[in-house]
This record gives sequence, C-alpha cells and structure tokens, in this order.
Amino acid sequence: MEANIAELEAEFERKIANDEKIEPKDWMPEKYRKTHIRQISQHAHSEIVGMLPEGNWITRAPSLRRKVALLAKVQDEAGHGLYLYSACETLGISREELYDQLHSGEAKYSSIFNYPTVTWADMGAIGWLVDGAAIINQVPLTATSYGPYARAMVRVCKEESFHQRQGFEIMLTLCNGTPEQKAMAQDALNRWWWPSMMMLGPTDAESVHTEQSMKWKLKRKTNDELRQQFVDQTVPQADLLGLTIPDPDLKWNEDRKSYDYGDMDWEEFWQVVKGHGPCNKVRMDARRNAWDKGKWVRDAAMAYAEKQDKLETA
Amino acid sequence: MKNWPLWEVFVRSKNGLEHRHCGSLHASDATMALENARDVYTRRMEGVSIWVVPSSAITASNPDNNGEFFEPAKDKAYRHPTFYELPEELKHM
Amino acid sequence: MKLVQYLYGIADNALILGQRLGELCGHGPNLETDIAMTNISLDLLGQTRSYYQYAAQILGGDATEDTIAFLRSEREYKNVLLVEQPNTDFAYSIGRQFLFDVYHLLLLQELQLSQDETLSAIAKKCIKEVQYHTRFSSDWIKRLGDGTPESKERMQNAINDLWTFTDELFHQTEADQAMVSEGIGVDVTKLKDNYYQKINEILIESTLAIPEMKYFQKGGKHGIHTEHMGYLLADMQYMQRTFPNMTW
Repeated sequence: MEANIAELEAEFERKIANDEKIEPKDWMPEKYRKTHIRQISQHAHSEIVGMLPEGNWITRAPSLRRKVALLAKVQDEAGHGLYLYSACETLGISREELYDQLHSGEAKYSSIFNYPTVTWADMGAIGWLVDGAAIINQVPLTATSYGPYARAMVRVCKEESFHQRQGFEIMLTLCNGTPEQKAMAQDALNRWWWPSMMMLGPTDAESVHTEQSMKWKLKRKTNDELRQQFVDQTVPQADLLGLTIPDPDLKWNEDRKSYDYGDMDWEEFWQVVKGHGPCNKVRMDARRNAWDKGKWVRDAAMAYAEKQDKLETA
Repeated sequence: MKNWPLWEVFVRSKNGLEHRHCGSLHASDATMALENARDVYTRRMEGVSIWVVPSSAITASNPDNNGEFFEPAKDKAYRHPTFYELPEELKHM
Repeated sequence: MKLVQYLYGIADNALILGQRLGELCGHGPNLETDIAMTNISLDLLGQTRSYYQYAAQILGGDATEDTIAFLRSEREYKNVLLVEQPNTDFAYSIGRQFLFDVYHLLLLQELQLSQDETLSAIAKKCIKEVQYHTRFSSDWIKRLGDGTPESKERMQNAINDLWTFTDELFHQTEADQAMVSEGIGVDVTKLKDNYYQKINEILIESTLAIPEMKYFQKGGKHGIHTEHMGYLLADMQYMQRTFPNMTW
C-alpha cells in the first residue's frame, strides 16, 4: 500500500512537472484537493459577494446605456461564480456545502468587496482598478494544473474582457466631464487605490502559500511581482485620465524600468480580512438573506420536479 | 428537501459542429436545466442547440483502468495511414 | 405627439419592470435563477431603449432616450400599476412577471402588424424575447403553485394581490384610440378574453385558484400611480436629478 501511494505520488508529480492537467477522477494528494477546494471556492465566493457593491448602483445608474452595461457585468459575475462553483464541485464537495462555509464565515472572499460603493464613480474605479487587478491574478490561472479550474478560468477571462473597459470608459467620461465629475473620479481613485493594491495579496515575505502554489501552477508569479505589474500598467492609465494616484512615494525608477511605490497599510488589510471592514457584515447578511429567503423557492421547485417524475413513471 | 441536482451542459455553437461540453449547472428538472443552460451558457450567442444531461446519468471510465482501456491502442499503428509505405509520387493518397 | 404618448404607454412598462427586476440582481434564490431574471431585465431595458430612441427622434430637440427615461415627473410615466409593484417575495416577482408577460406577448403579436414600420420592426424583435419570458414565468408559476404547501400559499397570495392590477392592461387611453384609428396602435380591449383564458389555463394547471374580483385598480396609464412609484423614481432618477445636465 505504501509503495502504491508513493507510485501514485510520483506519477502525479510527473504530470504536474510535464504541464499535464489533473482531471477530477485522477488520483491526487489530499492536500492538492483541499488546497484547490479552498482556492476555487474562495474565488467563487469573491465573484458572488463582488456582485453586491456594484449591484448597489444598478437601480441608480445615470443612463440606460450604463444601466444595461452594469447589469450585464454584475450578471457575468454570477456566471463566473457559477462556473467556479461547478469546477469546485468536481472535487467532491457540493455547492450547498460551499455556501455553508461562506455563510458561516469559515470561507474567505476577496476583502476588496468589504468597502462601500458611495458614488457612481466607484463603478468606474471598480471596473478599472479592481477588475484590472483581478485580470492580472486570473490570466495565469487559465494554465493552472487542475483541468476544470483552468477551463472555468478560460471562460471567465474571455467574458471579463469587457468589464475593465466598461469601468475605464466610466472614468474617462467623468474625467472629460464637469469639475464636479472629475472630482468624483479622483475621490473614487483615492478610496479604491490601496484596497486594489492589497487585492494582490500579502507581500512575498508574509505569504504562506506561495511556494506550494507555484508548483501546482495556482500561481505563476509572486504577489509582489503581480503588484508591480499592476502599478506599471495602471500609472499610465491614470495619467491618461488626468488623475493622481494617491501615493506620494510613487515614482519612476529608471534602473528597474518600473515604478517604485509606497508602503501599504497592512494593519487595515488584516482588520478587513478578519471581518472588521466597513461592509463585512452587510455583505454577509445580504448573501445569507438571499439564500435563506430562497429556500422555499428551491424546495418548491424540487417538490414539483418529484411530483412530475412520479406522474411520468405512474 | 433535496438540493437541485447537477446537470452537464452541451452546446452546439453552429450547425455542422458537434455539441461540446461547456460546463454544468443546478436545476430541479430537465425543463429548468435547459432554460438555465440557455441563460447561463448562451448569453453571448454561443449556441444554436443545447443538450442537458443529469450528471448522475453519466458513466465515466475510471482512470485506474486507463492502462487496460487505452494503452492497447498504442501499438496498433496499422490503423493509421502513415503505417503504409507508398512511393513518393503517391504521397497524397 | 399622440404617437409619443402611445410609445410611452408601451415602453414605460418595459422600463419600470426592467428596473424592478434589476433590484433583484445578486439577491436571487440561487445563481441560475438570478442570472435568468437578470436576462429578462436586460431584454426589457433593451426594448425600452428602442422605443425611447424612436420617441426622441419624433420629439426632436434635446430629447434623448435618457431625458425620457430619467427626467419626467411621476405623472408623466404611463406604465400600468402592475409593473411598479415591489418585489415582496419571489412569488410576487414571478406573479407580476407572468401577469405582464402574457399580456405583453398578445400585445406584441398585434403590434408587429402596425402600419408604423419602426414600431412593427421593434415589435418583431421584442416578440422573441417575450415568448421566452412567458415560458419562463409560466414554468415558475407551475413550480410554485404545485410545489410545497408553503409555495402554493405564497403564490396564491401573490396572484390574489396582483390580480387587481390586471384589468387596467385592457383600458384604452386617448393616445391608444388615436393610434388604433390610424392603424398604428393595438386595440387592447380585444386582447382581454384571450388574456384571461391563457392566464386561467396556467393557473389551473398550477393548481391555483383563479381570483374572483369585481373591483380593479387603475390609473397608471394616466400617470396616477401607486405609492411605490415615487420611491422607484427617486432611486432611478437620483443621478440625473442630483447632477443635472451632465454626460455619464
């Protein structure tokens, strides 16, 4: 038996090293399964909790064009959550169990969604910055080792491509608008910049999972590398908008051919992760509420289906 | 009450092509599975036809049996055209 | 301008119902249903834009789809009372959808024969969407009506409460009459029998009781709305009212 496990492990390692995919029924180490359930579900939870801050502005979108675009975007997030939950379910856990983990507070989701959306410009800033950071995180995952996750991510990334453009267009319109609109855009950038930076995860020194995740191709670059990529890509975009990134230490480093940036307030980050962000409670209440209030609906549909089945077999 | 079962969704992207597996979803019955598949997987004109199958109805081969299932095909090179040696001028037969 | 009023009579229904469904995005009983309801909302808002763009073209001047959508006063919205009713629970949302969809489909089937080419073209495009909406809401009425005792009770309550708003669908306004006489508009009074027949069929199949009612609520078609409408508009018009004359 021992030898058998060792053989299976060797075969598994060989596949990973050769860039072969692992599929649901393949043998995998328990740690691989657990880590994937954790990461994929965390990703799925982030999608559906992420619907809430933007959903907050659907009814108030300032034009019909903006309203349909925002609605379609938030709907896509539901779709992405669905693809990811499905991928996770192939690892032998049900969507209901995953919801229970979210609702009980056991599972985590991206902390950025615990910040409030207080003006329309936040729809622009989220699309531009939050989706911008998310894309940097997500694109490498299309080549991750677990087949169902990689396939879900291909679909997600394909659909995601309009999201950031949608956000940037909102920002651009505001910046080309009245002084009041431009101020609204700057204010949104001020509030969303640091949370977006922190979205790329703790610094490499603090990150506990990186090495293992690299091996399993859950990660291709370290958090700090991804963050650098985000800064380098975003600064010229802010310049184009005529907005100022709220970091006095931000400056071009000619030697590194990259931007240097200032320190982040990690204490705030960990406070939000631990549940003390401005919206942790309302987000969780909204999710639990939707699920609890939907129970009689889900039960009714199931009861109806069972009655119909009986009629057919009778 | 039981949870909504899982369904596998297959979409034909255009006539002439086969249905391809594109993902899964939950639905209480087949009608709903088809409607949900339409709403979830064909929002961007991805399809002209949808199949839904209860995931529980799929019988899958076991990777443990991959040896006996798939290895024996490996040495049957005579099933492939390149096995047969033909003169240069007939290369495209 | 009678044509513009006539367009409002149709498009405002789509806008207000689309807005109501938009409130549900992210709060559905599960992901699949959430996505499906949002699709209906997107269809309706798309339809709204087609009608309003046409109305803006007729109005000329500074009129756009957005001035029409966001800058009228409550009395100027001509949607029926049914579509502005709140999302009390999923049964109300589905009941409202079903009671509207069946009417909407009958209306569009006639509207595609309109002498007005633009209107006829819009109707032809919308009809496919609304066929699907009707299928979706009818299926759900059956699931909830013939599901569990709780769902049956909730669905019956919703139908009973919403029934009072159905008769208004078949009232003719002055704009309606004018457009009917020009061969542009649909005579909604003629849709009534067919409507209740279709509705009743589904309710019976769903094991739900058909409400018996003598008195019906009306007013939306003349811009006199239920108290819910003001809040819906306050929400919807917030940006346009707070920051007038800006581009978004």
